Amino acid sequence: MPKTTSKTNPARELVFGDLWEYDPAPETADPKLKQRYDLFINGAFVAPKKGSYFATINPANETKIADIALADAADVNSACIAAQKAFVSVWGKMPGKERGKYLYRIARLLQDHAREFAIAETLDGGKAIKESRDFDIPMAAAHFFYHAGWADKLEHLAPGRKVAPHGVVGQVIPWNFPLLMLAWKIAPALAAGNCVVLKPAETTSITALKFGEICQEAGLPNGVVNIVSGAAETGAAVISHPLTTKVAFTGSTEVGKSIMRSLAGTDKKMTLELGGKAANIVFDDAPLDQAVEGIVNGIFFNQGHVCCAGSRLLVQESVADEVLAKLKRRIAVLRVGDPMDKNTDLGAINSREQLAKITDLAKSGVTEGAEKYDTGCKLPAKGFFFRPTIFTNVSMSHRIAREEIFGPVLSILTFRTPEEALEKANNTPYGLSAGVWTDKGSRILKMSAQLKAGVVWANTYNKFDPTSPFGGFKESGFGREGGKQGLLDYLSVV
Amino acid sequence: MPAVKAPTSLRRLFDEIGTVDQVGIEERVAKFTTRSLKKKSKVFGLRLAVSMVDLTTLEGKDTPGKVASLCQKALRPHDIGDIPPTAAVCVYPAMVKHAKKHVGGTSVKIASVATAFPSGQAPLKTRLAEVHAAVNDGADEIDMVINRGAFLSGEFGRMQDEIAAVVEACGQSTLKVILEVSELETYDHIRAASFLAMRVIRPGDFIKTSTGKTSSNATLGNNQVMLEAIRDHFLATGVPIAMKPAGGIRTAKQALHFLIAVKETLGDDWLNNGRYRFGASALLNDLVRQLEKERTGAYQAPWNFSEATEGY
Repeated sequence: MPKTTSKTNPARELVFGDLWEYDPAPETADPKLKQRYDLFINGAFVAPKKGSYFATINPANETKIADIALADAADVNSACIAAQKAFVSVWGKMPGKERGKYLYRIARLLQDHAREFAIAETLDGGKAIKESRDFDIPMAAAHFFYHAGWADKLEHLAPGRKVAPHGVVGQVIPWNFPLLMLAWKIAPALAAGNCVVLKPAETTSITALKFGEICQEAGLPNGVVNIVSGAAETGAAVISHPLTTKVAFTGSTEVGKSIMRSLAGTDKKMTLELGGKAANIVFDDAPLDQAVEGIVNGIFFNQGHVCCAGSRLLVQESVADEVLAKLKRRIAVLRVGDPMDKNTDLGAINSREQLAKITDLAKSGVTEGAEKYDTGCKLPAKGFFFRPTIFTNVSMSHRIAREEIFGPVLSILTFRTPEEALEKANNTPYGLSAGVWTDKGSRILKMSAQLKAGVVWANTYNKFDPTSPFGGFKESGFGREGGKQGLLDYLSVV
Repeated sequence: MPAVKAPTSLRRLFDEIGTVDQVGIEERVAKFTTRSLKKKSKVFGLRLAVSMVDLTTLEGKDTPGKVASLCQKALRPHDIGDIPPTAAVCVYPAMVKHAKKHVGGTSVKIASVATAFPSGQAPLKTRLAEVHAAVNDGADEIDMVINRGAFLSGEFGRMQDEIAAVVEACGQSTLKVILEVSELETYDHIRAASFLAMRVIRPGDFIKTSTGKTSSNATLGNNQVMLEAIRDHFLATGVPIAMKPAGGIRTAKQALHFLIAVKETLGDDWLNNGRYRFGASALLNDLVRQLEKERTGAYQAPWNFSEATEGY
């Protein structure tokens, strides 16, 4: 008797309560970590010359994980000399077919050790285990597989011309995807025949140094890959070292600018992949539930620590209320907490400094007059956490609409016409990525041609593939990573 | 029934209810399968799933004896432990009176497919007569099939009128409207058919994915399209519609994935057998097997749980 037994809910709201709570489901495998990590130079782990180490902590509970070697200019010098020697004596003259075999071997070893790496990544960086397990590590292996295939086919990159490796490449990577950014940098460099000196981010060195163990296991010739951990000065030493003929940097626009200044007047090649403030544009004819899913992927993936995060939602005014209501309902079921729990959607913010920066920018949003909403979910007592947050009534002049927050904070703006959407989307110093949501194919083509962004996703967001070049416009940097274009940046065409 | 004006074209209906992006929704449901259920939450989910099963036999060779043993299985899914009874048994109309003898007066409902199941290709009069017969024999719930021919040829009014006629024929019995999603093919069609059906049925009536008689049946994808349609309809009208995926859900793990979809899409109010059911037969034994594993800490010998529903 359905009419009498079912009550209609006058409030018409869904209840996401605790009727069926998920029990903790922690990943418990052993990440096989060392107490102390030395520098990986010339195929061996060596103590830093001055004997200095710094602690790396787990951002989810602020406990120390290991001591990491701090490389100074002398250590970087040894690494560069080792790389140069390896380039001249082995790697640079090795046939591409043979180089490819090493890359395939590294890719397979990463797969073999995938679980161990995923746990280490989550422990050191705070990202949810399901992301390191299902995205970071498989994608890192995929980059090695992809570039392994190119190693003996380099002449097809520039038909009719010859290509040659640069020599020693200095690379500095960020903390948001530690192993994946390493793979983006090292895989094409090695495939092209370069040797590498890489500096991982200060807060996330462990998987990079574990990668040194993979290089050993793969039997990679000594000196082809060198990992020098440390802080900003270490990175500066890598970039300014006379032996590094090409530098590749991924990180903040501010540091990118200082690198450009420091390299002015040298003949070093350079690629920079910097910040972003991407517009995710939702038209009224978009499939709204999937658009909402894309908005969530766009800004809450990896706690929003993504340079191409869809941090500005531009939604057509006629559907703005509906999209906002759907978005609130969707984020009500996001799970924030212990990154090692397999059911966690948002893990820990990478560091205390980053948490302070996010908190400060979110505060500015409130003081400048935007309206803040968060799920009010419970956060762990220890560690660095931030609730998924959305701001409405945001205008283009607000700091939260202009500055890269690099956290789980979404700014929502509205537009009325496609022209206005384009104008607002392009009105930023950045230009790394953008998203377009519409059922109309022609509109996707028009928008993607006029958006000043290196990547434009249509009816999806934050999709990556080794075959697809990634990089920015304007202050988001230059040069590409991935695909044929990314590989060409590691070669000179002669 | 309020007079409902049927939309004259699918395009107009989509302007109102929106469309579905296939890639996006399949990405969404893939996330449900990565949820990890441990300990108490797993047992809760498994027991909930048992209580939602419409234990089904729909075969030409069904006999009163087979229905009797199915009813006993529904009442008491396992000889040891305190596993709850299923929500209902689901049989052909001719078997309703036999089921009545065993589950009449218990918590287990009698559901009967009707309306020339599974094709629905009989005159409306015949289909309605079948519904009347099943209801008169004691069916608490009627599982009807929509007129896919009418839907696909754009005769939405006819499709809705026929559902409304069945609603009337049901009287006090609950109605489940089978969309037969594999014959509608696209997610857009499934969403459209869900709305057309929901607009003419009563609060607490169901929409259901499949007959189980075609090549593809319930998937997380089409389940999600229908859950989201139910959600949007509820938020717009306040009318709660229930949901029943059927066919192809054979393992406890699959059932838990479907329930996670319910939990994260419709919330707690739909986590009961008044609002969500599984149309299944083999599923029940796998649920029992997993519950016994949780209770005893070890998998029991395979002969404790028959793989074939003939063994019920």
